[in-house]
Amino acid sequence: MSSLATEAPVAHQFETADQQREAATMGMWLFIATEILFFGAMFLGYTVYRLGYPQAFAEASRHTLIAFGGTNTAVLLISSTVMAFAVRAARENRRGLLVTLLLVTSSLGALFLVIKGFEYSKEISEHLLPGRSFQIDAADPAHAEMFFYIYWLTTGVHALHVTIGVVLITIFAIRAWFTDAFVNHDTAVDLLGLYWHFVDIVWVFLFPLIYLIDRHS
Amino acid sequence: MITATTQAAPQSVKGDVPTYLAAGKTIRSWLLTTDHKRIAILYMVSITLFFFIGGAAATLMRLELLTPQGDLVTSETYNKLFTLHGVVMVWFFLIPSIPTVLGNFLVPLMIGARDVAFPKLNLASWYLFMIGGAFALFSIITGGVDTGWTFYTPYSSTYANGHVIAMATGIFIAGFGSIATGLNFIVTVHKMRAPGMTWFRLPLFIWTIYTTSLILVLATPVLAITLTLMALERAFGVGIFNPALGGDPLLFQHLFWFYSHPAVYIMILPGMGVVSELIPCFARKSLFGYKYVAYATVAIGVFGFLVWGHHMFVSSQSIYAGMIFSVLSFAVSIPSAIKVFNWTATLYKGSISFQTPMLYVLGFVGLFTIGGLTGLFLAALAVDVHVHDTYFVIAHFHYIMVGGMVMAYLGGIHFWWPKITGRLYPETLAKLSAVTIFLGFNLTFFPQFILGYLGMPRRYHVYAPEFQVLNVLSTAGASILAVGYVLPLAYLLWSLRYGRKADSNPWRATGLEWTTSSPPSKDNFEATPIVTEPPYRYDPQATEAALETAHV
Amino acid sequence: MQRLLRGIFPQQASNLAPEVDHLFFALLALCGAVAFLVCVVALFFCIRYRRGSRADRTPSKINHHYVEITWTVVPLIIFLGIFFWAAEIFFGMSRAPASATEIYVVGKQWMWKIQHPDGRREINELHIPVGQPVKLIMTSQDVIHDFFVPEFRNKQDVVPGRYTTEWFTPTKAGKYHIFCSQYCGTNHSKMVGWVYVMEPTEHAKWLAGQPAPDSLVAAGERAFRSHGCSGCHAPNSTIRAPLLDGIYGKQVPLSNSTLVTADEQYLRDSILLPNKQIAAGYEPIMPTFQGQISDEELNAIIAYLKSLSDQTSPKGTTP
Repeated sequence: MSSLATEAPVAHQFETADQQREAATMGMWLFIATEILFFGAMFLGYTVYRLGYPQAFAEASRHTLIAFGGTNTAVLLISSTVMAFAVRAARENRRGLLVTLLLVTSSLGALFLVIKGFEYSKEISEHLLPGRSFQIDAADPAHAEMFFYIYWLTTGVHALHVTIGVVLITIFAIRAWFTDAFVNHDTAVDLLGLYWHFVDIVWVFLFPLIYLIDRHS
Repeated sequence: MITATTQAAPQSVKGDVPTYLAAGKTIRSWLLTTDHKRIAILYMVSITLFFFIGGAAATLMRLELLTPQGDLVTSETYNKLFTLHGVVMVWFFLIPSIPTVLGNFLVPLMIGARDVAFPKLNLASWYLFMIGGAFALFSIITGGVDTGWTFYTPYSSTYANGHVIAMATGIFIAGFGSIATGLNFIVTVHKMRAPGMTWFRLPLFIWTIYTTSLILVLATPVLAITLTLMALERAFGVGIFNPALGGDPLLFQHLFWFYSHPAVYIMILPGMGVVSELIPCFARKSLFGYKYVAYATVAIGVFGFLVWGHHMFVSSQSIYAGMIFSVLSFAVSIPSAIKVFNWTATLYKGSISFQTPMLYVLGFVGLFTIGGLTGLFLAALAVDVHVHDTYFVIAHFHYIMVGGMVMAYLGGIHFWWPKITGRLYPETLAKLSAVTIFLGFNLTFFPQFILGYLGMPRRYHVYAPEFQVLNVLSTAGASILAVGYVLPLAYLLWSLRYGRKADSNPWRATGLEWTTSSPPSKDNFEATPIVTEPPYRYDPQATEAALETAHV
Repeated sequence: MQRLLRGIFPQQASNLAPEVDHLFFALLALCGAVAFLVCVVALFFCIRYRRGSRADRTPSKINHHYVEITWTVVPLIIFLGIFFWAAEIFFGMSRAPASATEIYVVGKQWMWKIQHPDGRREINELHIPVGQPVKLIMTSQDVIHDFFVPEFRNKQDVVPGRYTTEWFTPTKAGKYHIFCSQYCGTNHSKMVGWVYVMEPTEHAKWLAGQPAPDSLVAAGERAFRSHGCSGCHAPNSTIRAPLLDGIYGKQVPLSNSTLVTADEQYLRDSILLPNKQIAAGYEPIMPTFQGQISDEELNAIIAYLKSLSDQTSPKGTTP
């Protein structure tokens, strides 16, 4: 595997390209570990209050807009799949394909954000943004508000991660098109893929926790 | 003297290769450096600044506490002072101290690498730290914060005065600097070791930095999100932690201590690492039970994540939770005890000399032992109920943090000063200040144990008159301590220009960092060293024999 | 000598104090011995093996592993012993005897408000007789406080939104500090007060000198009517709401088919957050009283509801 990689530039602190690749990959996994704990604390808060106020959470969950959430899940899953193909294109040094797939991935990410934006604005118009104007037709509005507080927080932080991902992927696409940065050097694309899959997985957890609490009937 | 064998013959960088300090003289060359040694210097300057800011706040507090009434400052100012002292000392001095200064300087040198794995990220960490620090300073200058460094809700989120959000933002940003540093060290230790540097040939300083880094990476994000929730609650009034809105204030405490208890080990483990380096060198003996000390380090890191609830015995958490946290807290004290015993045993049949770094280390062992043992009082449920949130706790953690970590930091700075700067510090003055700090420290904090058992609560601006005598003693000690801290600042700065030039290994120590020149070149080593031996290959008998011949 | 001792060690004025102090002194002896031993051994090595001394430095043949295992296992066993001792006292601290006088405490920035069962109220002062166990049932109106009496060796955080309890039997007449020991804002250090522990005869005399208001239960009954609780929670009400006779201490089935014990916390939550736990078989129609009812009134109502479960109480009549 190193026959291609050895041609890539090696930073002065490393002895070999393999060492550089391994270091970068390990760094990315550690970063993801950090991110898991970052989201983990929010999931913990969610768990505590959902166990404490199951009915309020179930009721509030029915006010979420599942059409938007469901579409977004599909969008993000597809973009993750495309990203996986982009990583393979980078490995096989197919530059044109890599640029195309990266652009598709970032467009799908952007689409996710647009849909989320519409969902947010619809929720604001339905008074579901916690704060002074919050209104909900529920037995326990205080804890329904808590649900929406956690909803806005987790999806907001997630959307921030998606935004960062979209920007990074677009930059990668431009660099791949105009420079030789990724020729024979796919580690960076590989790690970008890891990040994007992580963002996707967080959503896969968020989706049922937010939209599907009480939709069985 | 036996040193770890390296491939290269005696290395010198005279003439052809400039030292890392000479590699660039402009401010720009410092602010844009990616050299781990220069970044260490950047950190050293910044945390020294923060140390004296935090120290100034402590001085004002101790002066105020000379009398039971509040005659120097108002209650609100006093509350802001102890918050400032806590926040600055914890997040802007103790947590970065040894990891970012000595760690940055030494990790690549000790494992035989040219730099850390991600030099640019390393510089970015410093900038994050400084931006965080700027937010904290902004919050202090524009009116301060009076929440205490623990930011307990609902006080911090609803009732507190001052710029809580700016302060929390500062800690949040500096926290990401910590995460980046920790990530960098973990990858560096895993992937950048020189050939032959196996895990059990690593100096123990590396083991402690490695464990510390794991804690930084895994605990800090939890603090980040906790402070975010608190700040959002303060800004928008929707409360996860506010009972008036159905929230739970204890959830904040759980999340906060889930970070902040492991953070205690972030603050002490690197100090233990320094001690494990220095004792063998000055006793000329290999460390007793190397593997046990290494395992104890990792054990402390792991157990450290499981004991946060011992800060909450009287918080109204369930008594059964209290019991579990209590027994785990006793368990976490075992690895620390193992370390103390091993350090002591290392002295046996050594050839011990008492230069300044060794004085600091001996001070560390004594004070850390007292700090650690008083921790048992706090782990014991019934006694903790009485002494919780009193000066007993204050005394206990200052014995660990100041008596332990600051002593180790100063010991380490003196020990590696010749390597960092290429100069020797004045030995007599240094010994004098080490003794001053030790005496001043004990006079400051020992009376606080008694005050605590008497029942004086912490964070008290005015206090009952019967506590005055002990408080006066404590303040007297603090003034001695202050002198003790200013002295090293003065003579270390003096030595930069006037100190004698150091050779590459003034202590005749083992370890790869001593095989290169003082100060090292930008790339550390002329050629990548090859390691063939475990660390600490000292021989007391040979040292004595050499001494005999010198006398004859 | 006595004065010096006073200056460094607090008096023992409750049943808990000697127990905690015994443990404390045991720990002090143990830890003192360990610290002394470590320091003496280290000093001895430092002197004996100082550079240039004529000591024997031939490498020793001690088996490292045995030494390491010894100093790992021995402290562990000792620590476990201490843990059990401390936990046992702690367990006792959290279990008040049934005979304890129940006194309600409300903390607010920056004072302690105290309600006795006989209806007397005090601020920052607590008068109690020697020998009678006292159970404090505490809550906070704003931030977290902590009720700490050093001479009783007991403290407990006082948390908004929930009840916490603390109990002790005063054993020695005298005047003792109440400190707030959980940081609570600007005047945290002035949120202090006094416990007056009096001989029973003195206490009776002091009581006689006080105006005698309605008992807490009577005040609670009045509040129960004035807030309209009795309009629904009555046998002849047109609205179907649970009857509250004998509710305290019972297992209440909830609409999500779980059981909950009706303790102070449950009663408080049912008034302030009625939809948190809905009793099985009833509609969630009760309005919240959050913000309309003070903590003192709430305490009185709870004392009243508790009296309905207590057959011996003179006020245990059906409204």
